[in-house]
Amino acid sequence: MNHHARSTAVEIKNLSFSYGKRNVLHDIHLKIAAGSFLALVGPNGSGKSTLIKCILGLLPPVTGTITLFGQPVEKFHDWNAVGFVSQKANSFNTGFPATVFEVVSMGLYGKIGLFRFLTRRHKEKIKEAIQQVGMEEYMHQNIGELSGGQQQRVFIARALVSDPKLLILDEPTVGVDAKSVSNFYSMLKKLNREHGMTLLLVTHDIGAVSEYITDVACLNKCLHFHGDTEEFENKKDEMMSAIYGHNVHVIKHNHDHEHHEHEHDHDRSRFR
Amino acid sequence: MEWINQLTFLERGIIAGIVIGFLCPLLGAFLLVRRITIVSEALSHITLTGITAGVLMAQTLVWLPQQNPMYVGLLFSLIGSLFVEKLRELYKNFQELAIPIILSSGVGLSAILISLAKSSYTEWYNYLFGSIVTVMKEDLLFIVATGLVAFGLLFAFYKELLSISFDAEFAKVSGISVKKLNILFAVLIALVISMSMKVVGILLVGAMVTLPIAASIQLAKSFRQVIGLGILFGELSVLGGVAFSYHFGVATGGMIIIVGIILLIISVLIKKVFVQRSRFFSV
Repeated sequence: MNHHARSTAVEIKNLSFSYGKRNVLHDIHLKIAAGSFLALVGPNGSGKSTLIKCILGLLPPVTGTITLFGQPVEKFHDWNAVGFVSQKANSFNTGFPATVFEVVSMGLYGKIGLFRFLTRRHKEKIKEAIQQVGMEEYMHQNIGELSGGQQQRVFIARALVSDPKLLILDEPTVGVDAKSVSNFYSMLKKLNREHGMTLLLVTHDIGAVSEYITDVACLNKCLHFHGDTEEFENKKDEMMSAIYGHNVHVIKHNHDHEHHEHEHDHDRSRFR
Repeated sequence: MEWINQLTFLERGIIAGIVIGFLCPLLGAFLLVRRITIVSEALSHITLTGITAGVLMAQTLVWLPQQNPMYVGLLFSLIGSLFVEKLRELYKNFQELAIPIILSSGVGLSAILISLAKSSYTEWYNYLFGSIVTVMKEDLLFIVATGLVAFGLLFAFYKELLSISFDAEFAKVSGISVKKLNILFAVLIALVISMSMKVVGILLVGAMVTLPIAASIQLAKSFRQVIGLGILFGELSVLGGVAFSYHFGVATGGMIIIVGIILLIISVLIKKVFVQRSRFFSV
C-alpha cells in the first residue's frame, strides 16, 4: 500500500447525483483522512444517505469519482475493509428467526467464499465482535427479542467482525433511547481513538456528537463546510443557517438525558 | 441403476417423498424470511401449464421423442420464476402483484391446454392433488436429479442467501452479488416446486413449502433451528401422509398436508404451554 492510500480513506471529486431529474448532490469534493471521525450533517433530503450509498458503490454517480483507499469505487473489491450500519437496521423484520451470533456472522459471509462454512477462527472473531459491543450475554438470543439499542449494537458488531478500516454509519441512533445513544457514541469514540478506525457518521444532531468527533462536513445538495471541529465551532452558526436556511443554534449536549430528548424534539420540529 | 428397476411403486413413492420432505422446508425457510412463500403458489400453477403442454405435445406431435411432461413443467416453472423476479423489479412498490399475474396466466393457459388434450380426468386429478402410486421410474430419476442440483445450490450459497434475506443492502456492501443470487434463487424455487408436484400435487406444493416452516418457526430460536426442525416436520408429514393415504386409499398430497397441519397445531400448543410455564416460574 502506498502512502497516499494509507493517509486517505475516502476521496470524492466533483461528484453529482440525481434521481431522474431531481438533482440530489451537486459538485461534491470531500477527502476523509484515515483515522478521522467525521460527522456528516444536513437536513432531511439534503442527500446524506445518497452520498453514503455512492461511497458504498450502491449508487453509480452521474459525474465525478470516488476512491476508497486509493482505488476507484467501481473497481474496489476489498469490501471487508468497509463496515456499514444503515438507518434501516431499525426497521428490519423483527420476526426474523436469527440469533445475535447468526446476525453478526453475516458480516463475514462475503469474505469466507462459496462452499465454506465458519471455522473455529471465524467463530472466535464473531464472539470477539459481540464482546466488543458488550452483547456477549445475548449471544444466543433471538435478534427480535432485543431492544432497539441492543439491536443496533448487534449491527455494529456485524460491521466490525470483518475488521473494517472504515466504518460508515447512517443515522444509527434513530429509534434508540437517549441513554443508549451516549454509550453508543462513547463506543464509537473508542474505536476511533484506540483502534485507529476511520468513522463516517451521518447525523441530524451535531450537538450530540460534537465531543466525540474530529471533523464535520455540512451537506445540503452541495458541501457547505468541511473541516475539523475547532474550525466548525467558529463558523457553526453561519454554516448551520446556510444549510438549514435560517438561524439554528447548535447547543452542545451534556449527558442530561431528559435535556437530550427535549433537544431532539426541538431539532426535528425546526428541520421540517 | 439396477436397483431403481427393482423398486416397488410404494418404495419409489417413499424415496421421492423423502427427497421432497427434505428440500421443501429447506427452501421454505428462505422463502419465509424473504416473505415470498406465496411465490410457490404462482410457480406451481405455471408448472401445471408446462405439464399440460407436455401431455398435449406427446399426444399431438407424435414424431417428437417421447419425454416426461415433468421436464416441460420444469421448463415452464423456470421461465415463470424468472418472470416473477422481473415483475417484482418492474413493480418495485407492489411486489406481490407478480403472484396473481403469473398464477392466473398459469391457470388460464392450463385450462386451454387441458381442454385440447384428450386425457382422462384421473390423470389431471393426480397432477392436481398428488399421488404416490403414479411415481414411475423416470419420475423418480427426475426427482432425485433435480433434488441433488437444488441441494447442491442451497448448500453452496447458504451463507449468501441468508445474508441477502436478512438485509440485502448490507449483503451488497459486504461484497455479495445480490442480483446474481436472486436469479439463482429463482431457479432454485422452480427446481423444488417442479420436482415436488408429482407426489404432493400442484395445488398443495405451496403448503409443503410453508407448513413445516410455519410449525418450526414457533419453536426455533435460530435460523439453523428453523431449517432443522422444518426438515424434521417435513419428513414426518411426507412419511405420515404416505402411510395414511396408502392405508385409507386417499390422495397422498391431501394426507401429507393434513399431517403437516396437525404438526403445526402441536407446535403452537407446545409453544403456548412453554411460554405459560416460563411465566409461571418467573412469578
